[in-house]
Amino acid sequence: MTVTGLVPVASETFEPPGPRDFDLPPVFGDSILFAKPALLLVLSAIVVLGFFLVTTRRMAMVPSKTQFAGEQAYGFVRNSIARDIIGTKDFLKFVPWLVATFFFILLNNLFGIIPFIQFPSFSRVSFAYGLAALVWLLYNGLGVYKHGFFGYLKHVTVPNGVTGPILVLIIPLEFFSTVIVRPATLALRLFANMFAGHLLLILFTLGGEYLLLESSNVGYKAVGVVAFLLAVAISFLELLVQFLQAYVFTLLTAMYIQGALAEEH
Amino acid sequence: MDGNLNMIGYGLAAIGPGIGIGLIFAAYISGVARQPEARSTLQAIAILGFALAEALAIIGIALAFVL
Repeated sequence: MTVTGLVPVASETFEPPGPRDFDLPPVFGDSILFAKPALLLVLSAIVVLGFFLVTTRRMAMVPSKTQFAGEQAYGFVRNSIARDIIGTKDFLKFVPWLVATFFFILLNNLFGIIPFIQFPSFSRVSFAYGLAALVWLLYNGLGVYKHGFFGYLKHVTVPNGVTGPILVLIIPLEFFSTVIVRPATLALRLFANMFAGHLLLILFTLGGEYLLLESSNVGYKAVGVVAFLLAVAISFLELLVQFLQAYVFTLLTAMYIQGALAEEH
Repeated sequence: MDGNLNMIGYGLAAIGPGIGIGLIFAAYISGVARQPEARSTLQAIAILGFALAEALAIIGIALAFVL
């Protein structure tokens, strides 16, 4: 399929999919704000908000099915991410942030394999950068709030029990690692997984379509069918990766929060 | 046939994190097999190690596209 994504253009030679397949045109108007990825972000925010509004609307002692679903979803993030990582003392403050992050990313990733949507919005790197920038502001802000500016710098750059000349090496490395590498890898991990997964799916479906329809050799047609079956199998692999990436992003956010809040020993 | 040598370089560079991630999860699995009740503690550590090892591969893919 060519760049426009409107009509699949049958070409004589097979064009392998590339990064340009991710440049989707605006759905209406000329603004990039109305392109498919941006609209998907808004849609996902609405759906996540709606899900939790609906499931918490009539709270009862004996939960209904919808309330139970909402509580399970919330409880998963609250217990297995927030409480286990941040600790029982002050994890509750951060649960809303973590729950919102997790389900927002999860839904945006799942868009990659939901029929007729089929585009994981975080395969556009700018969205991932934005999300990581929020996390960066959160944990650094918390650290400065808790330890003071210079206290936090010391907290971040000097590990416990390190003294002497080795500090000359450790301080720049730790600063680089915490301030620059952390948010960059947080964003790029999510982006690279979504990008690679979507590219893989495009490759197998388009390659299968080309082999099945455009080639005259029967053997190639058989391989085309196999490629389609593999595309289905990869969709299931993607489902796992999409969940795992949402989980890892939220887990790392919790870990960075915990690291910023930790007391000096 | 055209392409970019960077991608071959990235493939080679991904071997290291691949082995590292394999070792991490091997240790995690054997840890859980020996002591199943330590699963929740080990899981967070394993995921953290996985994320750190994977960071190398991520820096690699970023540089493969940028350079």
